[in-house]
Amino acid sequence: MALSARSMSALKAAVFLAALVPVARIGWALAFDPDALGANPAEFITRSTGDWTLRFLLLTLAVTPLRKALGWHWLAGWRRMLGLYAFFYGVTHFASFVSFDHVFVLAEILKDIVKRPFITVGVTALALMLPLAITSTDRMVRRLGAKRWRALHRLVYLIAPLGVLHFWWMVKADLTEPAIYAALLTVLLGYRVAARLREAKRKAARNRRAPLPQPNA
Amino acid sequence: MLIRRPDHIRPAEITPRPFYERRRALLKLAGAGSALGAAGLLAAAGRAAEPTLGLEKLPNVARSALSTTEPATAYKYVTTYNNFYEFGTDKDDPMQYAKRLKVRPWTVAVEGEVERPRTFAIEDLLKFPLEERVYRLRCVEAWSMVVPWVGFEFNALAKLVQPTSRARFVEFVTAYRPEEMPGVRLPVLDWPYVEGLRIDEAMHPLTIMAVGLYGEVLPNQNGAPVRLVVPWKYGFKSAKSIVRIRFVAQQPKTAWEKAAPNEYGFYSNVNPGVDHPRWSQRRERRIPELFAKRETVLFNGYGDQVARLYAGMDLKKFY
Repeated sequence: MALSARSMSALKAAVFLAALVPVARIGWALAFDPDALGANPAEFITRSTGDWTLRFLLLTLAVTPLRKALGWHWLAGWRRMLGLYAFFYGVTHFASFVSFDHVFVLAEILKDIVKRPFITVGVTALALMLPLAITSTDRMVRRLGAKRWRALHRLVYLIAPLGVLHFWWMVKADLTEPAIYAALLTVLLGYRVAARLREAKRKAARNRRAPLPQPNA
Repeated sequence: MLIRRPDHIRPAEITPRPFYERRRALLKLAGAGSALGAAGLLAAAGRAAEPTLGLEKLPNVARSALSTTEPATAYKYVTTYNNFYEFGTDKDDPMQYAKRLKVRPWTVAVEGEVERPRTFAIEDLLKFPLEERVYRLRCVEAWSMVVPWVGFEFNALAKLVQPTSRARFVEFVTAYRPEEMPGVRLPVLDWPYVEGLRIDEAMHPLTIMAVGLYGEVLPNQNGAPVRLVVPWKYGFKSAKSIVRIRFVAQQPKTAWEKAAPNEYGFYSNVNPGVDHPRWSQRRERRIPELFAKRETVLFNGYGDQVARLYAGMDLKKFY
């Protein structure tokens, strides 16, 4: 798939705007049409922002496999945007928990975070996203150095499973939706494991075919 | 644990008889007036001007001193935001799919430890003297509503079948119809839905069999044609679309107990002091409010009437 630089950046801008639709819809409804969010608007907002956090996390993790498997190398330039949207929706999700559910009563919020494993896990995932968001700028990449930056950003391999676990532990009875997220995550992480294994095998094979020169040969 | 005994229905909240009788007379007049007007419609039992689905109206509905004076949650919310897993686990699934449920003919078999087991046709049940009961409804998911039910006390039904001395619990069974209930295809719960009460809880005057909502017959999504309403317990205790009632000697195993015994106990009384393992029960969100600013009250505010049922019981153990 080859795209001109101009249509590429137009596409990226379109995705940037589309990613704002869920939050724009909520903002519009709160301001002008509360019934659009149903009988329990707080629940709608919490669910929606939580869903979008997970979706953007999965999209971020899909960039590398798609790039490698389909040769869509232009996707590399989207990863930061997608990751930052995951963080943005995670923060919105947390804000609705703090405000709508706990009306800013700090003691109750802290008690909930410590006492409820699914909340502990969710808050941990969000906290781990913070350093990634902070170090997402070009300047921070340069300051850290590519190697350390990459090591730090491997945290996403922990964050995404924690996010799915948070959803899994939250639902009451019907696990269909969390199971879908878990399956997608397994594919995305499984791709990486498989790639690693393939790479290791290839190296081993190469080493066998071309043995290191023996000292006395 | 300190059991607070709030007097949530304060004496001042109960409208004295002359007042509400006068109010009814006024409403009749208003009804006549609006009948002449363009709208021409008036919901029964004084729920004027509330847009409903326009289902069959229930006649001769008396008011009750057991009703709260808190403003009722709008009909549109009560009928669009439901937990009725037989039709799906999303809140709007019941509204969409419960139409498929055939509520006529309908019978309720009342059996077990009784002198006179009997199967009631829904028509028989509608002949009980009907009252409007405006009750607070507190869901275990930490939201709440105020619902104007129409129904009759369960004890009136029990009187007809004469429970024996062996009857210590009552089991309520919801209809199970795979061809009309798309939600039962998933093994979310062990169908059919079973709920249960201790006999003294069932016989309490607050416990009603509801056949109506806002003066009309129940919409299917709210548990048509007949359901249980136990206002001091979490909503899931109030089984919907009931087909069988059994008086039994042993404590029934309820559907939610079977699904998650550590989360949903047999009693499931509304209690801000006993958290759900996954969330706090201290606050509640009154639909459609955005913020959960209300503090939940023990026994959903019905402590004055029901606390004595649990005298000496450890409510943390028997949650």
